[in-house]
Amino acid sequence: MSDLRRRTKAPYLFLAPALILFAAFLAAPIGYAAYLSLRRIKVSGLGLGLGSRTEVWAGLGNYTRSLTDPEFLPSVLRVGGYGLVVVPTMLGLALLMALLLDAGRTRVGTFARTAIFLPYAVPAVIASLLWGFLYLPRVSPIVDVLQGIGITPPDALSSSWVLYAVANIAVWGGTGFNMIVLYTALRAIPTDLFEAARIDGASDIQIALRIKIPIIAPSLVMTFLFSMIATLQVFAEPMTLRPLSNTISTTWTPLMKVYRDAFVRNDIYAAAATSVIIAAATFVVSYGFLKLVGSRAFSQEN
Amino acid sequence: MKKTYLPVVLAAALLMTGCSGSDDQGGGGGAKPGEKVELTYWSWAPNMDKVAEGWNTTHPDIHVTVNKQDGGDPAVAKLLTAIKAGSGAPDVMQAEYQKIPTLVSANALADIAKEAGALKAKFPESAWNSVTLGSEAVYGVPQDTGPMMFFYRSDIFAKAGVQVPKTWDEYAEAARKIHKANPKQYLGTFSSNDPGWFAGLSQQAGASWWGVQGDAWSVAINDATTQKVADYWGKLVQEGVIDNKPMYTPEWNAALNDGTQAGWLGAVWGPGVLEGNAASTKGKWKVAQLPQWDAAAPANGNWGGSATSVTSQSKHKEQAAQFVAWLNTDPVAVKALAGAANVYPAANDATSVALTSPPAFFSNQPDFYTIAAEAGKITKPFTYGPNVNVAYSAYNDAFAKAAEAKTAAGFPAALATMQQATTDDLKSAGFKVAG
Repeated sequence: MSDLRRRTKAPYLFLAPALILFAAFLAAPIGYAAYLSLRRIKVSGLGLGLGSRTEVWAGLGNYTRSLTDPEFLPSVLRVGGYGLVVVPTMLGLALLMALLLDAGRTRVGTFARTAIFLPYAVPAVIASLLWGFLYLPRVSPIVDVLQGIGITPPDALSSSWVLYAVANIAVWGGTGFNMIVLYTALRAIPTDLFEAARIDGASDIQIALRIKIPIIAPSLVMTFLFSMIATLQVFAEPMTLRPLSNTISTTWTPLMKVYRDAFVRNDIYAAAATSVIIAAATFVVSYGFLKLVGSRAFSQEN
Repeated sequence: MKKTYLPVVLAAALLMTGCSGSDDQGGGGGAKPGEKVELTYWSWAPNMDKVAEGWNTTHPDIHVTVNKQDGGDPAVAKLLTAIKAGSGAPDVMQAEYQKIPTLVSANALADIAKEAGALKAKFPESAWNSVTLGSEAVYGVPQDTGPMMFFYRSDIFAKAGVQVPKTWDEYAEAARKIHKANPKQYLGTFSSNDPGWFAGLSQQAGASWWGVQGDAWSVAINDATTQKVADYWGKLVQEGVIDNKPMYTPEWNAALNDGTQAGWLGAVWGPGVLEGNAASTKGKWKVAQLPQWDAAAPANGNWGGSATSVTSQSKHKEQAAQFVAWLNTDPVAVKALAGAANVYPAANDATSVALTSPPAFFSNQPDFYTIAAEAGKITKPFTYGPNVNVAYSAYNDAFAKAAEAKTAAGFPAALATMQQATTDDLKSAGFKVAG
């Protein structure tokens, strides 16, 4: 009897730390944000002095305010465009480099792997500062060199280029991580598969396209999902570049709008509503993507 | 680790019970006689701890610990969070003038009229007005002010044969001449990053962006005076004789260094900025009053400046107010503020007690502080409202667009956007808005 009880208790004991941490640091803040998104401040009189500000229920007012904000839709579309640039470029480069490293298996491989991975270890803010210097014409060595050979490069932070300038930082920083994930998956493929293909006369390119890529499809799905979520949450790069130019507004991405509302305008209620919208959108997009592609990608494993 | 940690926690707990015990008899006031009071002071001015050291050595029973902050904006964000959380705020807080209405409105600052009200005569009218918001209450003591001044490269001016502009018309003419003499050079830049700078220029023209009418706020960002200023800059930017890139970027620093920016509409704290960003140009800069709209009636604006306030969470309001008064009026402290913390003290007698010689970077201009004092004296009154943050972030976005487009028409339009965003925010929060 006591043996049985101990056995039923054990799973809960093991789960407890995770559940407590989840409740305290994830569920509770999300719940609080959802609660805040339904509240607002009511000011009386001049709003000065004690008790002139009270918190009241706002219903869905913050949500309508957030969705009808003329800055909101453009920021969403901008991030969409940014994602269309970043995700294919970054994953394409990562896959290409992983395949090259895997195919070569040479001595330069170790060095190249580290060199490509290294930018991932640089925090996004530092990377953006660094690239910021490289983008500003007067302090940029790149511009100096190009001008030296007679080319006048466009201003990277001008309105027609700024999206690519920000995307470039994300690609620079993210390619290494995705490459390592894909490379690790490639290394896990049993070599007899290629050997069989090679004996049958398949070229390296055919091996890559017909054998390697299909086998690492689950990893590709995972990196795609992570990249998509990172795109929806793009913040540090444009935030750091913003003071350097006229072309990045304080609401350039949805998350920047959340930041502005919460910490510049001191309107945490509007910020909470926008956060909930972004969280819901992230969930819908990632879940929808997994539903769409998941069954196909994961069926390879079985 | 645990072993050493426990006694600390216990001691802290005991200390806290000790504090609350003393509170019972003193209300919000002092501690028991002979008991040492600990105060914390959040400030971002350099070397403020050294200034506070002067207080600590002469006041053994009230100890001030300075907690260095990143700057005005992050400090306010932290303070507001602490006020909302109910704990964690310091006793004393450096607060920029334009943030005071926001902080008062969030009930973050204590009214120290009883302790510091008598200091009124020691400060310029415009600075004192910023800490009272025109009411009977006193929400801090002015610490430093930032009267605007015009810095220019005397060598470039001489080479281009340009006189120091006395009016804005002359400034525009000088800008044209300098840009013509060397198309890479500009007399200045219109910075969409610095709403405080544009507010100062508008203040000089006679604007006051907020106002109180009975129990309603008025917003006059898009009024005739500010429109005049926006129009003026829009035309210069469109003409291309004034740069359109923001200040305080590596690009701008390089431009100050290599003479591409031949002038800067800065403020009294400018020498520190120039020294930090363009040290190699020492001796080439001179300073003058801002160009005027009406040379017969000189006026000036303020860019920056802050007060020292006591927060509403302080358990030792009386002692904190004593420190605040000492910091900003005692000759020793004022001297340390100017010398070590590198600020331009707000106190009227600062020029005579502390600022007898020019800043090192301007050793070629012995009358630097005479010009600054004159600039401070003619500074026009300006009222900040409870949502300066909203207006300022609207400035960032709207004027960035206008400056990037380089069209004169965009500038007044940006002003209208700012006005709209500011009024809408007040209304949606439930403020009464006049007009």
